[in-house]
Amino acid sequence: MEVDKVVHLPRLSRVAVCGGTHGNELSGVYLVKELLKAKNVMKEDNDDEESPASVLMVLSNPWAVQQCRRYVNTDLNRCFTHAALSGPVSKKDPYEMIRSKELNALLGPKGSPEAVDLVCDLHNTTSNMGLCLVAYSDCDWICLHIFRYLQASTTVPTRSTMEIGPQPHGVVRSNIYTTMKHGVQHVLDWVRFYNSGTVFEGGFVDVYTTVKNMDYPRDSETGNITAAIHPQLQDRDFCPLRPEDPLFQTFSGETLRYKGKEPLYPFFINECAYYEKGIALSLARKRRVALPRIRVRAEQEQQANELGFASEEE
Amino acid sequence: MSCATQRVLRTVTDLSGPAGTLPMSSYNNSARFNEARRVAIFGGTHGNEMSGVTLVNLWVKNSAEIQRKRVETKPFITNPKAVEKCTRYVDTDLNRAFSPENLSAPEGDDLPYEVQRAQEINRIFGPKGSPEAYDVIFDLHNTTSNMGCTLILESSKDHFNLQMMNYIKKAIAPASCLVLLNEHPLLKYSTSRSIAKHPVGLEVGPQPQGVLRSNIFEAMRVILKHALDFIELFNEGMEFPPCTVEVFWVSERIDYPRDANGNIIAMVHPNLQDCDWEPLNPGDPMFQTFDGKTIHYQGPGTVYPTFINEAAYYEKQQAFVITRRETLVASAIRKA
Repeated sequence: MEVDKVVHLPRLSRVAVCGGTHGNELSGVYLVKELLKAKNVMKEDNDDEESPASVLMVLSNPWAVQQCRRYVNTDLNRCFTHAALSGPVSKKDPYEMIRSKELNALLGPKGSPEAVDLVCDLHNTTSNMGLCLVAYSDCDWICLHIFRYLQASTTVPTRSTMEIGPQPHGVVRSNIYTTMKHGVQHVLDWVRFYNSGTVFEGGFVDVYTTVKNMDYPRDSETGNITAAIHPQLQDRDFCPLRPEDPLFQTFSGETLRYKGKEPLYPFFINECAYYEKGIALSLARKRRVALPRIRVRAEQEQQANELGFASEEE
Repeated sequence: MSCATQRVLRTVTDLSGPAGTLPMSSYNNSARFNEARRVAIFGGTHGNEMSGVTLVNLWVKNSAEIQRKRVETKPFITNPKAVEKCTRYVDTDLNRAFSPENLSAPEGDDLPYEVQRAQEINRIFGPKGSPEAYDVIFDLHNTTSNMGCTLILESSKDHFNLQMMNYIKKAIAPASCLVLLNEHPLLKYSTSRSIAKHPVGLEVGPQPQGVLRSNIFEAMRVILKHALDFIELFNEGMEFPPCTVEVFWVSERIDYPRDANGNIIAMVHPNLQDCDWEPLNPGDPMFQTFDGKTIHYQGPGTVYPTFINEAAYYEKQQAFVITRRETLVASAIRKA
């Protein structure tokens, strides 16, 4: 990659901040509620306020939020595949399947030019992951640049949806809430700078890419777990796990060791919601990704690029 | 009030000096209790408090670890439906369901699941208040609060329990195990363990609901081991001399600040978060609003908060509970 070359990327005109995708992950729930309140106050004070990007605040799963549960019928955060989003809506469908189609209409449709440009989906975890950004591609320069900006702006250990832990489900911890609040603010600041033409310098970021998940040892008859995460592994998310390192401790006190051939990086260690998904921890490889310099496309470039698509301004 | 208890109350004021130095004749005033022959260990009273669920399931399968001479120890899952769903409760909190009204209500399928369960448990381990009731019930709980190992006492006059708790505290020292006493007429509640003559709550945290942490699991296991050892020693005839037990006495419940619609508008302040059992002085930060303002504690004196930011208590309007530190004196005890 040429060092001086700048990659021009589309403007981020519409951004969504989503909380309560899981109704018991309370930092995002309370933050979105507060942002909605503040937005209403701002609207009352200043109707002429023009913001360079429109920011939508969304409480994704209001019914689960009301009950302070992860989900009502099925995990909303698994309802956005193309298969799930297509097809007719039926009243008999699980609540979250109906809701994902509603959110797709509001923020999407997925894969179309009308879709929002950026979604910041707020989560909490019982794992000791600090502030963590989950991205879907290592070529998503926007997400990776946002991550670099966050890393520089915060003292919380940051790895490149915003996952902040540890926090029990159903609890809001003030330090976690504040970290998330500042995190969201930094993301929106970055979007503003980006849209106004700032050039973001290239560089390197360390990313962790999932290799596999590991389940707990279980009883073959009952399916109940027969061991817990070993005390020497508990809370050591993103610390290298080497062959023969302790992994689980059985209820009779025996240590079960990691038998993989290469050291990997564990994360989502002992996440409450993953017991039912058969995941005790996930394992990742760490890799350095080179980021190019980026800036927003100029007006003329943007319009030339949009020829052939229905523009949302029209 | 039993004769044994009356005798204890008269003699408590006679006791002086450190335990173990009293002349043998004072021990003739030991409170006498029947042998504790029937003991139960309850897990899953809240279906998502995993240490108790896991321990009881283990012991139902293989009870060797909990066997003691002269004691029948029964491990029991109190709320199996909630355990299956990994939720605190299905219809209503089982640990509030053992009221006299519920226990005497006519049976029926239309009753909430947990009320039906309470009646069933009362049949097996009670009846509450009768001579047939189990001698001791240990009820295993976890909390999201940073309470460490806590023993919960329901009566300041239960000298058997006070002696047991003193034994446990000494056995696990230098590790800490504190005693929470909830005798407040308005704040105490009808627990599953209240069926027994000597109810003992075990509360270990911090642990998120639905999660099993090995250090928390092992801590609870060790406390139970010492508790059962105490019962075995007592049943064999050992006399326990008078002792003092420091307790944290529940005095007040503090809710989150709320708006007119009942929505929470502030969080436990970062200076208070995780500071269970540490002194809270007038003027100290207590809550932080979502826009960053501090709300201070305005009480008249220093108190000791606990159950700080317990997940299950948001719906019970409790951010934390205030306690006072007191020292109770337990009389000498021996078996009758």
